[in-house]
Amino acid sequence: MNSLVSKFSSSTATSQLKQAKKHLQQEEEEYGEPAMWGSAGGFGNMAAGIPSFQIPAVADPTSFLRLHTDDAADPSCRIKIQHGTTTLAFRFQGGVIVAVDSRATAGSYIASGTVKKVIEINPYLLGTMAGGAADCQYWETYLGIQCRLHELRNKERISVAAASKYLSNLVYSYKGMGLSMGTMICGWDKTGPRIFYVDSDGTRLKGDLFSVGSGSTFAYGVLDSGYRWDLTDEEAQELGRRSIYAAGHRDAYSGNSCNLYHVKEHGWTYLGNYDISKLHYDGPGDVPGSAGHGYGYSERTAGLSSANDPAPSTENAPAVSVQA
Amino acid sequence: MPQQRQFNPYSENGGTILAIAGADFAVVAGDTRQSEGYSIQTRYAPKVFRLTDKAVLAVNGFAADGNILVKTVKQRLEWYRHAHAKDMPLRAIARLIQTILYAKRFFPYYVYNILGGIEEDGTGAVYSFDPVGSYEREACRAAGAAQALVQPFLDNQIYFKNQKPKPGQSHPTHLPLDHVLSLVIDSFTSATERHIEVGDGLEIYVVLARGHSAQGLSNIPGAQEISQTDEGERVFVVRRDLKKD
Repeated sequence: MNSLVSKFSSSTATSQLKQAKKHLQQEEEEYGEPAMWGSAGGFGNMAAGIPSFQIPAVADPTSFLRLHTDDAADPSCRIKIQHGTTTLAFRFQGGVIVAVDSRATAGSYIASGTVKKVIEINPYLLGTMAGGAADCQYWETYLGIQCRLHELRNKERISVAAASKYLSNLVYSYKGMGLSMGTMICGWDKTGPRIFYVDSDGTRLKGDLFSVGSGSTFAYGVLDSGYRWDLTDEEAQELGRRSIYAAGHRDAYSGNSCNLYHVKEHGWTYLGNYDISKLHYDGPGDVPGSAGHGYGYSERTAGLSSANDPAPSTENAPAVSVQA
Repeated sequence: MPQQRQFNPYSENGGTILAIAGADFAVVAGDTRQSEGYSIQTRYAPKVFRLTDKAVLAVNGFAADGNILVKTVKQRLEWYRHAHAKDMPLRAIARLIQTILYAKRFFPYYVYNILGGIEEDGTGAVYSFDPVGSYEREACRAAGAAQALVQPFLDNQIYFKNQKPKPGQSHPTHLPLDHVLSLVIDSFTSATERHIEVGDGLEIYVVLARGHSAQGLSNIPGAQEISQTDEGERVFVVRRDLKKD
C-alpha cells in the first residue's frame, strides 16, 4: 500500500492499530507503568522489552532528579540515595575472590550495617554493588533474567563477557540520566575465571584485579602488595578479607562487616561474614588462611618493642614471637 | 535580577515508623501525627496499612506519595488474588514494591517503606526499602523523623550491640512478643519526648504466624483482632495515645 496513505488515512487497519497503540502508550505513561517485570495479574509483560520509567514533566528531568536526590551537591536534598562502599574482586590461579563491606550511608548517617553488596545473579555469576544501591540491585536482578533467557534460547550458559556487555550497553542507554553504579561482574565460563568492571558512565574493562568505591584506594594498597597469580585459595581468601578490613578501618564510609565469596569452576561459594571490629582485635577466627591474630596495628605489634607493650586484653592471643 | 524557577513537588510530613521481626511474628508500628514544618496538619493520619492477612506495610516521608504507593500496591495485590486465587507471599510483595518504586527512578516517590509479616515458611520477617527500591530483609528497622533516635536503641536492645552476655550465657536470637511490644512502646514514647514531629497516636500492627498464641498481647489493653486466615495467621492492631504537645 502507498506509504503516504497508510501514514495519513485514519480508517485503514494499520492506522487504527497505530492509534490504539498510541492511546495505550499514553495510558501507560499516565499510569506510570509500575508493572515492570513483576506479574501483571498473571500475565507477564516481558514481551514489552526494556522496562519504561515515569519522567517528571519538566524541561530538564535530569536536573530535577539531581536537585532532589544528589546529596553530594546538596546535603539538604530530601531523597537520600544510599552511597559509600568498598568492594573488590581479583582473579588468580584458583578462581575469583569477591569481597565487599556491608555499610550503607545516607549523608553521615549509617543507614545499614548489614547490606548485601554481592548480588547473586545466578549460581555462577556474581555482581558487586557500589554507588546507588537500588540501581545495582535492580539492574543486576534484571541482568539475571536476561542471562536465564540467553540460556533457554541458546542451550548454553552466557559468558561473563557477554553478560557484562549486556549490562554496560543497558546502563549506557541511560547515560546522563543519573544512574550511579560501579560494579564488577565476576564468574567462570568456558574461558576460565573472568572479571569485568562495568560502571554507569559506560566504562567496561576486563582485568585481573579491581576495587571500587570510596574505600577502594585503601583496599588497593593491601591488595596490590599481596597479589600474585599463584596465590593458594586460602591465601587469596585471606587477602580479600584483609583488604576489606583495611578499607573499613580507614574509610569512614565503609565498614561494619566483610562478605567473602569464592568463584570456582562449578560456580560461586559463600565463605562467610566477618565483623570488621572482630577482624581488628581477634582476626577472622578459625578459617583457612587465618593469621591467628587481629589485623590491627597494636594487635600485630604488641610486645615487639618497648613502645608497644603487650596489650592488657590479649589473654587469648598467641605467644609473642619475633617476626622477620 | 534573573528569576529562577524550580519544580518542587515534594514535602516532608514527619512521623516515624518501626518494625521488628520475631521468630513467628512481626510487629509494625507508626505514630499518627502528620505535620509540615512546625504545624500539625492532623493528629490521625495512619502510616501503617494491612496489605494481606500476613503482610503489613508502613510508609513514611511525603504523605501524598505514600498514600498513592499504598493504593498502587493494594491494587496489584488484588489483581494477583484474582489471577492466582491466593494472597501474594511476603517475599514477592517485597520484590513487587521494589519494582513499583524503581519504576519511578527518575521521578521518585519520596517514601521510606518497611514491610512486615509472615513468610511462607512461617517465620516473621521485616523488609526495609529506600525511596528508589533497594531492599533488604532484616530483624528490625526504624525509619522517618526519629530514625536516628530509635534505631540505636533497637540495635542495643534487639541485636544486643555493644552488650556482653553474662559469662556462660548468650544473647537470645529472637525476643518474645510481649518484650518486643514493650520495646516498641518505649521507642515511641521516648521519640515523642525528644522529637517534635512524633506524637499524638501510636498504631501497632501485630502479625502472628499460625499456632502462635496471642498471649503476648494479653497485658496490652485495647488489642483488636482485625483478620484471621483459615490456616491460622492473625493480625491485631493496638492503638495507644502519645503526648499531643
